[in-house]
Amino acid sequence: MRVRSLALALAGVAFSALAAMAQTAIKPAVVYDKGGKFDKSFNEAAFIGAEKFKKETGVEFRDFEPTNEAQIEQALRRFARDGHSPIIAVGFSQATALQKVAAEFPDLKFTIIDMVVDLPNVQSVVFKEHEGSYLVGLLAGMASKSGKVGFVGGMDIPLIRKFACGYVQGVKAAKKDGEVFQNMTGSTPSAWNDPVKGGELAKSQIDRGADVIYHAAGGTGIGVLRAAADAGKLGIGVDSNQNALQPGKVLTSMLKRVDVATYASFKAAREGSWKPGISVLGLKEDGVAWALDDANRALITPEMKAAADKARDDIIAGTVKVHDYMSDSKCTM
Amino acid sequence: MSATPIDLPRWADAGLVPLVSVTAALLVAGLVVLGIGESPLEATALLLKGALGSVEGLGFTLYYTTNFIFTGLAVAVAFHAGLFNIGGEGQATIAGIFLALACLWLAPLPGILLVPLAILAGAAGGALYGFIPGWLQATRGSHVVITTIMFNFLAATLSVYLLVNVMGKPGSMQAETPEFAGHAVLTPMHQLLAPLGIKLPATPLNTAFLLALAALVAIWALIYRSRLGYAIRTVGANPRAAAYAGISPARMTIVAMALSGALAGGLAVNEAMGVQHRLLIDFTAGYGFVGIAVGLMGRGHPIGVALSAFLFGVLYQGGAELSFDKPTITRDMVVVIGGVVILFAGALDGLFRKLVANTLQLGRAA
Repeated sequence: MRVRSLALALAGVAFSALAAMAQTAIKPAVVYDKGGKFDKSFNEAAFIGAEKFKKETGVEFRDFEPTNEAQIEQALRRFARDGHSPIIAVGFSQATALQKVAAEFPDLKFTIIDMVVDLPNVQSVVFKEHEGSYLVGLLAGMASKSGKVGFVGGMDIPLIRKFACGYVQGVKAAKKDGEVFQNMTGSTPSAWNDPVKGGELAKSQIDRGADVIYHAAGGTGIGVLRAAADAGKLGIGVDSNQNALQPGKVLTSMLKRVDVATYASFKAAREGSWKPGISVLGLKEDGVAWALDDANRALITPEMKAAADKARDDIIAGTVKVHDYMSDSKCTM
Repeated sequence: MSATPIDLPRWADAGLVPLVSVTAALLVAGLVVLGIGESPLEATALLLKGALGSVEGLGFTLYYTTNFIFTGLAVAVAFHAGLFNIGGEGQATIAGIFLALACLWLAPLPGILLVPLAILAGAAGGALYGFIPGWLQATRGSHVVITTIMFNFLAATLSVYLLVNVMGKPGSMQAETPEFAGHAVLTPMHQLLAPLGIKLPATPLNTAFLLALAALVAIWALIYRSRLGYAIRTVGANPRAAAYAGISPARMTIVAMALSGALAGGLAVNEAMGVQHRLLIDFTAGYGFVGIAVGLMGRGHPIGVALSAFLFGVLYQGGAELSFDKPTITRDMVVVIGGVVILFAGALDGLFRKLVANTLQLGRAA
């Protein structure tokens, strides 16, 4: 018995030594979306994931914030030429550029978030935002006293419709006759970074009776959350955990774990287990979730938590189907 | 405050004043760089090296220059008629839609027909979108500054609607049209020159650059060597005198705005047909607004526009390289540097004119 455990221990030591040796030196890099690194939301999640990796392993990473289309390809190619790998391309707008650059550098590893690029050296990570939005919609519907809730999007593009569609389904699941006001912030890129207008839209929805407002609008959402908090109503954050932005006034946040995807890609590359292909991260994979922490614990009643947990299990089991806007470009709710 | 314009010799007006203001802008930008703890000299060196130090960098610089020549010329032409066209973004957006429709619908045509037709369609779209505010100004007195700004938003909204609901690539997250056919796009420079034995690295620089150079010459000839140009300039200098001379200010306003819009459409040609090979949402990326600074800095003269477009090309490309090499200098810092240049060269222009005039007078007095 003792001999065996010793052998096991030895094998364990040998294995971990092997694992340590198998760790390859990597030079990771991140190219953000045009929204910019510190948006408290989508891009910042990628940054947080990369920072976490850096803290744990001491491996430095490079990053770049492009300001226009041409710079995306330029940045990807520059990182690739300097031998950076894996390179994370954050956001669907980088797909066309990545298609070109990844084909030019077949020996390097690339990861793209929110889009599928079908190449042997590209890992595509897409999220089931509709599932996460369904859960926060359910919570919004339950938390709402007026039966009216709001949604503030950035621009009227398919991705945001996908968020909105899942949200509406969740609200209706909680309150059959619940009403959802939807507004988009604008039609220029500033729509993603206009907290003042976001606040105005939230106020107008509150005037129409909404008492919970979900945003999917990047930096604009900061204004949405603030306006909801100022009016004594509730906001719902997106992408990153935004509960602490207005503690006690943010019902929850729809987490889209871009940080986990970034971290996992770096880690896998370091350990030599990095694989190309598509990963679709939904509730089941913990790719999307709703945030529960000290800042919002008081707002979530046990019934709400139970309902959200049940809905999560049902969606994973397939007994509840959340319609994905992207599947047919329709949202019939 | 005297309203009399400061008289300067031509060489000082066109050469010395911009030079002084750009130098002052670079000094102030240098202070900002120093303020965040980086060496301004090193930053300037990196910026220049990134923009001009390699063939690839130069290719990117000239690609940006192409955009700025078009939008700068658009502002310059309107300026000659005494109009301030802020609507370059919107005009380019509409031009992009027209051009994309031509590229997609007329795809069965051979390239030799399709490419000129698509460029003309783009120019027509831009011209139409410049014509409307021009017409409103001429007939209703609605000020073009106001209408063109509002028209920018209308164009952006229309483009979002069309790209998401009508022209968009099905099933794509990105709001964009399907890719144009291979024969519907402009040849990149590195492919164009390859048969001549000149090997260039791949850059976004394409034949739209040649089109921009041609536009510079054509606009010079039009403004300074044609009757129409004379009429436009006369209206710009003094509408009443123009009317007295038998030139209709209303007509010239409309013509100048349409021409201005058509030139702004060149931005769509370079971006959609030359680089992206599809119509993307927000492809204008602020080039239309920077064109205002380019047009003003260039004194409305095509040579000046070419030079200031090149300067902004250097700032864009060099700035990107700078923030690449120095992570502490973020893209926002680069915007600050560009903003200081615009502030000094555009808004504080009068200050430097006065300074230069005084210095010259001192020299003469002594």
